[in-house]
Amino acid sequence: MDVNFQFDWSAAFGSIPYLLPGIPWTLLISFGGLAIGFFIGIFFGLLRISRLRWLRWPAIFYIEVFRGTPILVQVLFIFYGLPQLLGSPINPLVAGIAAIAVNSGAYISEIVRGGVQSIERGQGEASLSLGLSRTQSFRYVIWPQAFRRMIPSLGNQGIISIKDTSLFSVIGVGELVRQGQIYISTTFTALEVYFMVALMYLAITWTLSIILRQLEVRGLAGQ
Amino acid sequence: MSDTMDNATQPIVRMQQLNKHFGALHVLNGIDLEIIPGEVVVIIGASGSGKSTLIRCINGLEEFQSGSLVVDDNELLPYGKSTQALQTIRTEVGMVFQQFNLFPHLSVIDNVTLAPVKVRGLILEDAKNNAKRLLDRVGIADQADKYPNQLSGGQQQRVALARALAMEPRLMLFDEPTSALDPEMIGEVLDAMRELAKEGMTMVIVTHEMGFAREVADRVIFIHKGEITEQGSPETLFDSPQHERTQSFLARVLKH
Repeated sequence: MDVNFQFDWSAAFGSIPYLLPGIPWTLLISFGGLAIGFFIGIFFGLLRISRLRWLRWPAIFYIEVFRGTPILVQVLFIFYGLPQLLGSPINPLVAGIAAIAVNSGAYISEIVRGGVQSIERGQGEASLSLGLSRTQSFRYVIWPQAFRRMIPSLGNQGIISIKDTSLFSVIGVGELVRQGQIYISTTFTALEVYFMVALMYLAITWTLSIILRQLEVRGLAGQ
Repeated sequence: MSDTMDNATQPIVRMQQLNKHFGALHVLNGIDLEIIPGEVVVIIGASGSGKSTLIRCINGLEEFQSGSLVVDDNELLPYGKSTQALQTIRTEVGMVFQQFNLFPHLSVIDNVTLAPVKVRGLILEDAKNNAKRLLDRVGIADQADKYPNQLSGGQQQRVALARALAMEPRLMLFDEPTSALDPEMIGEVLDAMRELAKEGMTMVIVTHEMGFAREVADRVIFIHKGEITEQGSPETLFDSPQHERTQSFLARVLKH
């Protein structure tokens, strides 16, 4: 190995055109999965705080299973395992989105639970005392407040899920890491290319952070 | 109103042998209580005596285990097994809480219009006009577009009162409405309540403000360990309490 290795900027910049096509895939898997995961999270998060055991228990089971197993195993299970059950192959993009959805869904369930439970009891009591039904009380009083408190944690989960999509190079989705690997296999410029890959993840997550900060500022303005 | 038990007047609240337990703790022990329309009833007692729990039973925020409770012709069943009646009662019974419990994400006016629009089905514009009138009545018309955290405690509690009144309740419950307020703000809330009493609103008030109780109450009830120990007109109860418990309680609170 050459100890006088120099970082080759031209190799780094030269990889950009090959990496860029990976970005839409990374975004599609992350945000597609997160959008579904958000609804899964609301659903199981609310079941989780139900007073009825037979609603609560399935939610606990779901959360424990998908929080307690590695996302890499989950995506391998979906992509290689499920087809054996279904008898037909699964598109890697679909498998990736599904893995992000069920994985982030488990974490978001806990975020939803925490957010809703953080709202003072008096809020529910006041709305019920005004004649609002439980559903109305939740919709107009509890949820809007809970959602504001959930924004920082949701943002955190978004960033984690975006980075998790890098693991899906193993199922051959042409996301950022996969594009980098393919490029490196012909150029052998791993240092420069992975550096650029890292920068691109940073650009995505940083943008998201800025958007979320704006949302938080606006959300808190009303309180 | 000395003869509060006039047979011609149908009570708006009728509580018979009401019992409530929190685990092993017997919070309410065979409470019998009738409240007639227009009456102002003040409930006093030491903390933990069950007075807050008692009024929270009236609008179903607390379940009870046995006895009967009829509010405005709707019967509440033990263990909260009466969803429909509960809903009806809550639209007819307003409540003001110790901690105000305003909705922090809504402006003052939206706090007041929420229930009339969503529950009574009022048009937003009508609800707003009504809300402005109520806010004006409690002296905070100029704060309508602010958010609760921009108001003082006394102002927040007056918004909470306007919010409850917007449903045009037939009965108002007050659960220690001035206990969380700084001393200089207690007066403005009591003034608003005094006005309401003058207009003939039926009110059940849990409070430690004995001067206020003496002034506005038609009847004062002293509760000790979940039982009504003594009740009567403010003059009778404050000036010549019969029970030793009442005497020692009053000696303690009136000393300050």
